[in-house]
Amino acid sequence: MEKYLYIALFAPLVSSLFSSLFTATPKKLFTGIMASLLIFTSLVSSTILLMYILKGGEPIHVTMMTWMATGDLYIPFGFVVDQISVTMMMVVTLVSTVVHVYAIGYMDHDKGFNRFFAWLSAFVFSMMILVMSDNYAGLFIGWEGVGLCSWGLIGFWFHKESATWAANEAFIMNRIADLGMLIGLFLIYWNTGTLQYDGAFAAFHQLPTDTLTWIGVFLFIGAMGKSAQFPLHTWLADAMEGPTPVSALIHAATMVTAGVYLVIRSHELYSLIPHVGLFIASLGTFVALFAASMALVNRDMKRVIAYSTLSQLGYMFAAAGLGAYWVALFHLMAHAGFKALLFLGAGNVMHSMHDELDPFKMGGLKKVMKGTWIMMVVGSLALAGVIPFAGFFSKDTILEAAYSGNHMVIYGVLLFTAGLTAFYSFRLVALIFHGEERYKLFGIHPHEAYRFMLWAMSPLLLVAIGAGILQTPFFDMVEEALNAHEYHIAHGTALIMLVGTQMFVGLAILYAYKKYANSRVTVPDGTSKMENSFAYKLLINQYYIPYAYEEYLVKPYRELSEVFWQKVDLKIVDATVDGIAGIIYSTGEKTRVMQSGNLSTMLKWMVAGLVGLLSLAVIFGLAARYSDEILTFLSALGV
Amino acid sequence: MEIGLNHYLVLSTILFAIGLVGVMRRKNLLLLFFATEILLNAVNVAFAAISHYYGDLTGQMFAFFVIAIAASEVAVGLGLLIVWYKRNGSIDLDALTTMKG
Repeated sequence: MEKYLYIALFAPLVSSLFSSLFTATPKKLFTGIMASLLIFTSLVSSTILLMYILKGGEPIHVTMMTWMATGDLYIPFGFVVDQISVTMMMVVTLVSTVVHVYAIGYMDHDKGFNRFFAWLSAFVFSMMILVMSDNYAGLFIGWEGVGLCSWGLIGFWFHKESATWAANEAFIMNRIADLGMLIGLFLIYWNTGTLQYDGAFAAFHQLPTDTLTWIGVFLFIGAMGKSAQFPLHTWLADAMEGPTPVSALIHAATMVTAGVYLVIRSHELYSLIPHVGLFIASLGTFVALFAASMALVNRDMKRVIAYSTLSQLGYMFAAAGLGAYWVALFHLMAHAGFKALLFLGAGNVMHSMHDELDPFKMGGLKKVMKGTWIMMVVGSLALAGVIPFAGFFSKDTILEAAYSGNHMVIYGVLLFTAGLTAFYSFRLVALIFHGEERYKLFGIHPHEAYRFMLWAMSPLLLVAIGAGILQTPFFDMVEEALNAHEYHIAHGTALIMLVGTQMFVGLAILYAYKKYANSRVTVPDGTSKMENSFAYKLLINQYYIPYAYEEYLVKPYRELSEVFWQKVDLKIVDATVDGIAGIIYSTGEKTRVMQSGNLSTMLKWMVAGLVGLLSLAVIFGLAARYSDEILTFLSALGV
Repeated sequence: MEIGLNHYLVLSTILFAIGLVGVMRRKNLLLLFFATEILLNAVNVAFAAISHYYGDLTGQMFAFFVIAIAASEVAVGLGLLIVWYKRNGSIDLDALTTMKG
């Protein structure tokens, strides 16, 4: 089985190295095909490992080599395949296989075709390290690796100013959070003496609650950055500058869920500190509502989906914070499927609309893009949590977990957010695929995507439709690893909750259709009453948070840097260095005249030097010989 | 009066001083060679005298080395000097300033 572990881990690395050989050359189709095949190999190996674990096999734990061994510090490159990591491996490899094949079509006309696959596969490799490592240090390597690849892929079209800006924003914001994560890791090492999961978890039971709280808080700060939780959320929406397959793979399905994975992986820590867990759940609930509200009005198709990702991440944190780790992991899995499906569908629409992102300028695309329409509708149904699609099972269980834990506020907010989710996802579907064909005004001739791209998306379609039936086997698999338990609510209450939720969601969908799928919808021009209302302005400007960051953090920081540059760097540091150089330079300039080229003069200088050195030798020789007398003489002078 | 080591060393010093002044003052390249020969031979006198004083042959061997090297140096130097004279028609040191920095 170890063989499959190594194949699953290193196939993406090989793929990345192979593709990177051709980064400087024009598009070569075989790099895309080769990369897809290698990632598919990784998927097959992961599936074999999943089968092995499902059959009740022992978790596989290998130590490939020692990374660091100094004093008491021992960090190996060790990998573990247990119930948690095998789930993540399946999610990562499945979505990335789909995205790789899809990208062959999507990046068809792009000059950076080969470079794209090099980055994308490098991302998959980093993500595999992140989920498979058996210690926090290895996790951190993967954590930084996915951050780097995310930077490279958001800024993939680096000739666009906005893309490089978004890439830097994502990278810098993640660095801030990573500082928290590093402090968490240092605290773990300081207090337990190891970074291995099993060793650290065992040691946590003896630590005082204060220490554990700090560790939990700092680790969660790291998770907040990666999973774009408030207040570090602004980068995720801006990250939509990257190519759409990147948004599907990194900013929906895998990388942003790394924070959730971290909390789930450290569940033995968080179950010891339920107060931190409650904070995580509250923050997650808040973000779920907060992000969903911004998605209600946004006029950028990809940003709407990005906000819904944010909102769903909030759901996952809510579940994980309440101790329902298996529910969080299950929602992560289901969400990866339908959200990647939605993004790839949005990519098809974008392609056919010549990179137009405003859904108000679309409409009626159902006629030309039947396949994409079906996919987007299924994806949205799953996202909205309509029975029997994937989102229903996972999201409903989160609600049940909140309800049975007697967290009524969390339950109520999450339920309300479910309605918002249904509304904004079908607002998008209605605007894009139904109603008048408004794109004709802009002279666009839409066309369906390549057939193989639709085929490539079909595995995700299956996940979005049928992931619900996996709930029981999944529960059985992770039951022991995550201390999972079912949530039992009285039968009558459960039925009322089910019907109530479904009706609420259904009404939200109907309302969205009624409002946006008719012929009266026009491209907003900023004059309607709604567009001038305070609430709309607040939401479309993302609660003015990016503005506030720019105004109250970035600008003062820039001014401070300006001061330091002008005053400290130029006047002190530079001046010192320049002064030293200036002295040497002017000495050279002054003594240059000695080099007259006249042999006679130079010989005189030589003699002068000789005499100087000889007299020095004589003086020191005399001083050494008569040192005692000199000392006596000096002491007599009172020195 | 017995001639002792000191006399030889004084002679050597006087010769060395003469050579040094020659090196500094002479403007004729050929005479500059003379001056360097005086310098080297002043040292040779000192070597030989001290070698005799201590009864150790090493100093005299050194003197032979110096003679051999001085001979080869003069051979090369005179060769270059002739080439220089043929080319420029002068062996005046003040005209020899192509290396001016």
